[in-house]
Amino acid sequence: MQPNQKSKETTMGMEPTPEEIRDRQLFSELGLTPSEYQQVQHHLGRLPNWTELGIYSVMWSEHCSYKNSKPLLKRLPTDGPRVLQGPGEGAGVIDIGDGQAVVFKIESHNHPTAVEPFQGAATGVGGIIRDVFSMGARPVALLNSLRFGPLESPRVRYLFEQAVAGIAHYGNIVGIPTVGGEVEFDATYEGNPLVNAMCVGIIDHEDLQQGVAKGIGNPVIYVGASTGRDGIHGATFASEELSDASEEKRPSVQAGDPFMEKLLMEACLELVQKEILLGIQDMGAAGLTCSSAEMTAKGGVGLDLYLDDVPQREVGMTPYEIMLSESQERMLLVVAEGREAEVKEVLDKWELPSAVVGRVTEGNRYRIFHHRECVADMPVNTLVDDAPINYRQGEEPSSYRDGTTASHQDLHHLDATDALQQVLRAPSLASKRWVYQQYDSMVRTSTAVRPGSDAAVIVLDGFDKALAMSVDGNSRYVKLDPWVGGASAVAEAARNVVCAGARPLAITDCLNFGNPEKPEVFWQLENAIDGMGEACRQLATPVVGGNVSLYNETKGVAIHPTPVVGMVGLVESQEHITTQSFKQAGDVLLLLGSNRGELGGSELQQQVLGSISGRPPVLDLEAEKALQSTVLHLIQTKTVSSAHDLSTGGLAVALAEAAFANALGVHMDVKTDLETIPYLFGESQSRVLLSLPKESVAKAISMADEKGVPWCQLGEVRGDRLSITINGSEVISQPVSRLQTIWEEAIPCAMNASLTN
Amino acid sequence: MYKATITVRLKPSVLDPQGSAVKGSLHSLGFAAVTDVRIGKTMEVWISATESAEAEQKVDEMCQKLLANPVIETYDYELEGA
Amino acid sequence: MRFAVLVFPGSNCDIDCEKAIQKVLGEPIDFVWHTQRNLDDYDAIIVPGGFSYGDYLRAGALARFSPVMEGVVKAATEGKLVLGICNGFQILQEAGLLPGAMRMNDHLKFRCDIQPLTVVNNSLPFTQDYQMNETIRLPIAHGQGNFYCDEATHYELTQKGQIVFRYQGDNPNGSVDDIAGVCNQAGNVLGLMPHPERAIVEWMGSQDGGKMFTSMLRYWEEKIGAA
Repeated sequence: MQPNQKSKETTMGMEPTPEEIRDRQLFSELGLTPSEYQQVQHHLGRLPNWTELGIYSVMWSEHCSYKNSKPLLKRLPTDGPRVLQGPGEGAGVIDIGDGQAVVFKIESHNHPTAVEPFQGAATGVGGIIRDVFSMGARPVALLNSLRFGPLESPRVRYLFEQAVAGIAHYGNIVGIPTVGGEVEFDATYEGNPLVNAMCVGIIDHEDLQQGVAKGIGNPVIYVGASTGRDGIHGATFASEELSDASEEKRPSVQAGDPFMEKLLMEACLELVQKEILLGIQDMGAAGLTCSSAEMTAKGGVGLDLYLDDVPQREVGMTPYEIMLSESQERMLLVVAEGREAEVKEVLDKWELPSAVVGRVTEGNRYRIFHHRECVADMPVNTLVDDAPINYRQGEEPSSYRDGTTASHQDLHHLDATDALQQVLRAPSLASKRWVYQQYDSMVRTSTAVRPGSDAAVIVLDGFDKALAMSVDGNSRYVKLDPWVGGASAVAEAARNVVCAGARPLAITDCLNFGNPEKPEVFWQLENAIDGMGEACRQLATPVVGGNVSLYNETKGVAIHPTPVVGMVGLVESQEHITTQSFKQAGDVLLLLGSNRGELGGSELQQQVLGSISGRPPVLDLEAEKALQSTVLHLIQTKTVSSAHDLSTGGLAVALAEAAFANALGVHMDVKTDLETIPYLFGESQSRVLLSLPKESVAKAISMADEKGVPWCQLGEVRGDRLSITINGSEVISQPVSRLQTIWEEAIPCAMNASLTN
Repeated sequence: MYKATITVRLKPSVLDPQGSAVKGSLHSLGFAAVTDVRIGKTMEVWISATESAEAEQKVDEMCQKLLANPVIETYDYELEGA
Repeated sequence: MRFAVLVFPGSNCDIDCEKAIQKVLGEPIDFVWHTQRNLDDYDAIIVPGGFSYGDYLRAGALARFSPVMEGVVKAATEGKLVLGICNGFQILQEAGLLPGAMRMNDHLKFRCDIQPLTVVNNSLPFTQDYQMNETIRLPIAHGQGNFYCDEATHYELTQKGQIVFRYQGDNPNGSVDDIAGVCNQAGNVLGLMPHPERAIVEWMGSQDGGKMFTSMLRYWEEKIGAA
């Protein structure tokens, strides 16, 4: 069908005609290259009109098509015996036994947060919740991973405060507990903060839904908030670098309504229980366009969409605007013809606007009608399956080769007590209570381990089992060595989940990188993915979904490459749930793993020198596997009182953190060949700090020996001081309460600074 | 048709934490002359009524019943023909 | 003893209340949708937490006009037990069943924590299993829990023993006289910002909420026994 090629009048003036688009190269305004424009012409056999071109532009954006990252993502392992759904649907699905599955995904909302932090972060949470309940799953937990610039900057404080408030606002109102997360502060994120939100849901296998259109003649039902002009071109916006002009793109940012989301979630889950739905998909990035095109392509069918029937909250919207709007809290449903009334009854009960806006057709045409005219007609596969792919070449930057020669002698002279206080005061390491106190972490009464331990734990109603979950990423390691950094992110997330008493199941990942057109950025992306892939294979934790966020740059400078890993693990019995904090005086401290005193990319290096250099800690995946298996075995046999992963800040910080919760001191006396500073603050991987009753020590040591895991008996839980003696001299002796005050007050103090500093 | 522009604020006797916070920020931005800030809500309500007295009566009723909480809030409004 | 837990659009703690009643008491409990007017079948009514109607306009202001509130008023008048938790407390205030009103927390942020409280009145159907002046720990999770009433009302609340719980230590929201929970004059309607239903089993971090529900059951059993 030849669509009407007349241009439409918009609030911005007249839309360009197809000829004007060609002659004035207006496709570049939509982010399409000349060659992509040629491909569109080839697919249509004619000139595309403005609406069609807008649709191609969002469908072929990195955000929807992964055109820059797809060849690399294929290298990640996505299969496993428990995988029920890998990447490609709203969220990944992993079998957890008893006919149940866990559904989870992480997604970025970086660019919207940079321009409007409250709504940007809030709608990021809203989007990931819809991804999970569109699978038919009941969302049970939220986590997030945040990166901001240094808190000395008033603008950063504003962004951070508003983003946290936005996340809290949305999650709290929808009634899903925010149970965990991480926050780091580094100058690299000053102009380009990162907000990655993760949602975890639970489902019975038979309730699993798909984002697919099927059954010729079946109705396509729109439900949720009405469509406005907000967020047009959000997906394209997310695929560009930030600049001063980004501020002017503010209208691109959507506003969220968590109350609408709550109603939408309850209504959709009720429809799932009633077994009415054939297909369901969230209208997320690229709104109605992406959701309807993907469902149609997946179903191998065509679609007619009638835009006059789409609920609209603004008058005079053009097809282009309706199709590209990213108004929030909207879903698309496909049901069998004749069941519309049953659907409407449920939606009416929840007071949700809904309308039949389309029909499934035979063939592969994706057609849009407006004012009874066809305004767009495209082969749907060209939007989804035939999106162009860029095969890029990475190039190793010279800074990487220089890294091998770096030495860290300049840190060795530091006083250990000063170093500990300095690191505990660093906002990246300091207590995040200021943040997580704003999140309702207990609603749904299933949170057994609340924020502040290595991993959060959610119990499952009616079962003894539980789920552990964690999000992790250390961009400094990735910056210094993308392969090792990528692999370490997976290993640490798994270690955290193990320390909570769970067997790691699978991951979701959010790849936050710079502009992939730059060879050194592509090199980072490629190596980080390869590192993650190898760690996932070794640890048997496949990647079941995620998101790629590229073009995280300001004024041409890329952020540290920041892959963030969301890990979910299964706790077999609630008796195995373990936390990081010491439980009782007299328990023995046992450190598992090798200490190599590695300071490259460490928190101490960053805090003292203000920059990082060298290589990150090495990662031996065989050693990691042995360590995790040992720790899990010791936990499952109820041998240990606490388990804490050693990560940023090394052994000294791990001891302090474990001491804080119950105000229990440490008496430690060790001999080592390492110097004090690297011994205490080095960040060697694959280490876990255990506390355990004296009578269990022999058993733990023999288990470690059996698995070939090095161990060291450090001392015991005792008194109320952190007292550390190395090679006969006491290097730290501080009241735990004093250290805890430093650690707890760092972020509140930084946030109380005047707005005008 | 009338349009009522209704302002609802906390009673003077009730501490307004938002207003206090904004006052502090204004002071730190150099607006030392600011002596107090009170934050309220503005609502625009369109009413079909034949005369203003009828509209006023309806506005008063809706404010007392729903739009303001008499325990902590007061309201006033302006009415204009629309 | 038959419980009703009300469900408004935006209620989030309805299922938590049901789970708590089943776990602690094992008594029957029904979810009652906000459009149902009649609550005659129930001995106790729980108005749960959440964000009814998104907390739009004011917390509880819109839910207060739901048809089910007619049944709540009737039950309260008849002396049945009505328990409002968090947003439920706010709804009961808006409905005029409990004194005072809520302002935004004085620090302007949502606050979720496990909070120590003092039991100030243990002679109520809701608190008789607690000790007088007992310290209990209950989770809080609210952005608008800053209880306000004028001085005359406060004097009356004090005189009539209507202050039931006070925050201990740092007041988490700036409420007048550290008030965390109040009851009506008859003592059969209680509202509190903390969540007893979130403190039932050990892994929740506190089990101090259970006694509120056992108190209610014991009151009802004694009342039935006496009749």
